[in-house]
Amino acid sequence: MSQETISREVVVGIEQGLHARPADLVAREARKWRSRIEFVADRQRADGKSILELLTLAAEAGTRLVVEATGPDAREAVDAIGRLFDRNFTEQT
Amino acid sequence: MKFSDFVATDAILADVDADTKQAVIREMAEALVEAGKIAPAELEGIVKAIMKREDLGSTGIGRGVAVPHTKHPSVDRLVGTVAVSRKGIDFESLDGEPVHLFFLLVSPPDRPGDHLRALENISRQLRDEGFCRRLKASGTPADIAHLLAEADGHGVVT
Repeated sequence: MSQETISREVVVGIEQGLHARPADLVAREARKWRSRIEFVADRQRADGKSILELLTLAAEAGTRLVVEATGPDAREAVDAIGRLFDRNFTEQT
Repeated sequence: MKFSDFVATDAILADVDADTKQAVIREMAEALVEAGKIAPAELEGIVKAIMKREDLGSTGIGRGVAVPHTKHPSVDRLVGTVAVSRKGIDFESLDGEPVHLFFLLVSPPDRPGDHLRALENISRQLRDEGFCRRLKASGTPADIAHLLAEADGHGVVT
């Protein structure tokens, strides 16, 4: 299986920032995939499968983050997580 | 943001008796009332609001940590407290681990940034497994307060 790395940028659209509830939804989605998934902010990285790590980003509304997935289903994982942000977490998958 | 910016030292609980989610949340909210941080008349409403938030999805964020919280108009600044459960409480966390460390937060509705920075501080400090372990092993509220102050960088280094 391929171990390609796929990445894309997402923007935090939620007014309150990436607080506990959206972080939970991101981690839940990330855990569906086999790939390693990381969020990259200005000066730090966070494991996308850990709510605790996602909260360390303190990503306020308007923050740009890069989602990076490495593994056999990297593209699908990045697409699915990207959709959460694109829909501003209003629709659950 | 530091722990000292939002943790009411007088409301810290070491080794709580509670063994359910609802019971630990109530015990922590009552401690905030006793510490004078939330009004007695607001207790029921705050407990109910925190439980309603838990219904949306557990605030167990993994590694034995939970951050039950709510916004509430009766507070004019972010207030919170810490509780430790030696035995651990089932909190329906995403990683399935029982929760030993609780950080309860009540924030004014118009201050989402403060809430986010408090969550950041809690999660950043608790990423350190040594800190988690020492908090869990704390025997008294004073021990917990000491560890939090140390993490804030202005405590006595032992």
